[in-house]
Amino acid sequence: MTDTFNHEPVIRVRDLKKVYRMGTLEVYALRGIDLEIQPGEIIAIMGPSGSGKSTLMNMIGCLDSPSSGEYYLDGQLVSDLVDDELAAVRNKKIGFVFQNYNLLPRANALQNVELPLRYSDEKTSLRERSASALDKVGLADRMTHKPMELSGGQQQRVAIARAIVNEPAIILADEPTGNLDSKSGQEIMELLLSLNARNGTTLVIVTHDPGVAAQAQRIVHLKDGLVHREENGL
Amino acid sequence: MKLLQALKEAVSSISGNRTRSFLTILGIVIGVGAVISLMAIGQGAQQTITGQIESIGTNVIYLMEGNMSEDVTNPRDLTLLDVKALENRNRAPNIEAVSPVLNANIAVKYGRESENTSVVGSNTAYQKIMNLEIAEGAFFSDSEVNSNASVAVIGPELAQRLLGRTTNVVGTSLRINGQPFRVVGVTVAKGGSQFNNPDLNVYLPITSMQMRVQRGNSAGRVQFIIVQARSSESMDAAIAETNTIMRTSHRLSPRQANDFTISKQDDFLSIASAITNVFTIFLSGIAAISLLVGGIGIMNIMLVSVSERTQEIGLRKALGARKADIKLQFLTESAMLSLLGGVLGIGLGWLLSSAFGIIAEQTGTPLVPIIGIGSVLLATLFSAAIGIFFGLYPASRAANLEPVEALRHE
Repeated sequence: MTDTFNHEPVIRVRDLKKVYRMGTLEVYALRGIDLEIQPGEIIAIMGPSGSGKSTLMNMIGCLDSPSSGEYYLDGQLVSDLVDDELAAVRNKKIGFVFQNYNLLPRANALQNVELPLRYSDEKTSLRERSASALDKVGLADRMTHKPMELSGGQQQRVAIARAIVNEPAIILADEPTGNLDSKSGQEIMELLLSLNARNGTTLVIVTHDPGVAAQAQRIVHLKDGLVHREENGL
Repeated sequence: MKLLQALKEAVSSISGNRTRSFLTILGIVIGVGAVISLMAIGQGAQQTITGQIESIGTNVIYLMEGNMSEDVTNPRDLTLLDVKALENRNRAPNIEAVSPVLNANIAVKYGRESENTSVVGSNTAYQKIMNLEIAEGAFFSDSEVNSNASVAVIGPELAQRLLGRTTNVVGTSLRINGQPFRVVGVTVAKGGSQFNNPDLNVYLPITSMQMRVQRGNSAGRVQFIIVQARSSESMDAAIAETNTIMRTSHRLSPRQANDFTISKQDDFLSIASAITNVFTIFLSGIAAISLLVGGIGIMNIMLVSVSERTQEIGLRKALGARKADIKLQFLTESAMLSLLGGVLGIGLGWLLSSAFGIIAEQTGTPLVPIIGIGSVLLATLFSAAIGIFFGLYPASRAANLEPVEALRHE
């Protein structure tokens, strides 16, 4: 259990660089990012396309490894882990919320939420934990519905339930309201904020929507692979 | 638990794409169906051939003229004198019975009805060696053989074809090669093939066959001689006695090779099984090729499926699936597809061999296809193995996808 008061950051990034090699050409996506995120913080990452926003999100989400630099997640150095170790970290520590929900179309809500638990070492009471996660997002009465039978907002709620089912250290949301109308978008934001308020789950939102970003405690602006400026939201 | 989960997902994926799944496994279905039905027919053929060889009689030695393995000049004919020599109980204590055979396909006539059939000339011992049972009348006697009597014993089916009845046949007069013969007995129906049906046979005293039917065979020549040993244990002794007696009878000096050939039933059985084995290997080769083609079809579709589900794979990886988890999922799916093909193929093979069995029965071919548990097990294991083998490449392609790339894939 992370202690909220000792100010050990849940995410600590030091001089993080990512270089893509295209033939002989080297393209810097990240040129040396320094970033600390405290437990329970709500942070928005913004920036124009090409700013390294997506690359940083992939690094924070342990979907990709940096070329150099250090990344500590929840006290663990994860920047030099190998694929399967990263998979275990993603499974335990990170809850993903995607713009396009990314639900399995053939599986119902409950089965979709169960998916991370199936890849975890601890496979007890899958059903109960998934049902409880769906209950927390207000979909207790939609457990056996398939994604196609749900509205966009409801589908994103299923995705959020899937993100929190393993009780991760951080929720990483990539444009979570991008595919939704403003009303459902706001509902989703409120749900995320309330989960943060209730459980103290760190919330990292990648967005280009200033309205969404404004609801964060801190907004990090990226430009050309570097932190351009930070401002306080709320 | 993991495997159970993979099985559930495979079922869901396969049933979510029914038409494609069916078309994918069609190659395996046909391949396995071919294997099962061809092996069933092969085994049935082997059974039939073995059965026919065994039906000739037990503990039997065949004596033929000539020598196929050594050069012999002017081999002597086998004659009734040889038969007489072999019948000598003092010199051949292990021989139970000796029967000469002279066989020909001849037209047998009754009134205007005519039937080309197998006419067998032999002696009274023939009845016992061949287990011929008599339904009406009696087999011809020793005195009828000695007096080359114009008597015949016929099979019930021949009676039916010529006379239109199988009873009340004794006393009827038939013409064989123009010579009149009186029917003295009708055998009990045995059933048999179109080519070798004892129910269509005519049995004559060997002397009558030599003198009346095959006129000019006054030397007493016979085609072959059947020697029956007292028991299976005395087979070797009986063969040795036959050899000694025949060498004496043919006045061969010690330096001369046999001018006759002794064969056992076992020899025929091993030749027959050698032939059917070659047949089976040949068919299995063809079937293996069709299974290979089926496996490539599965690999093809699995590759398509991996590329279609790239984003799903990316998601699973993001949620914590390891390479092994993804690999297991796709391997399970291809193995299940292939196994399903195998099971359907077994059904198809069963249908095909049943149909073959019905056709064989209708045409009077004595062939009952046999589906062995061995071939069913083999087909099942083999199809699962094909699924795993041809699923390996697509599964490792899926497992090695980069999560970032896969998630971005549309």
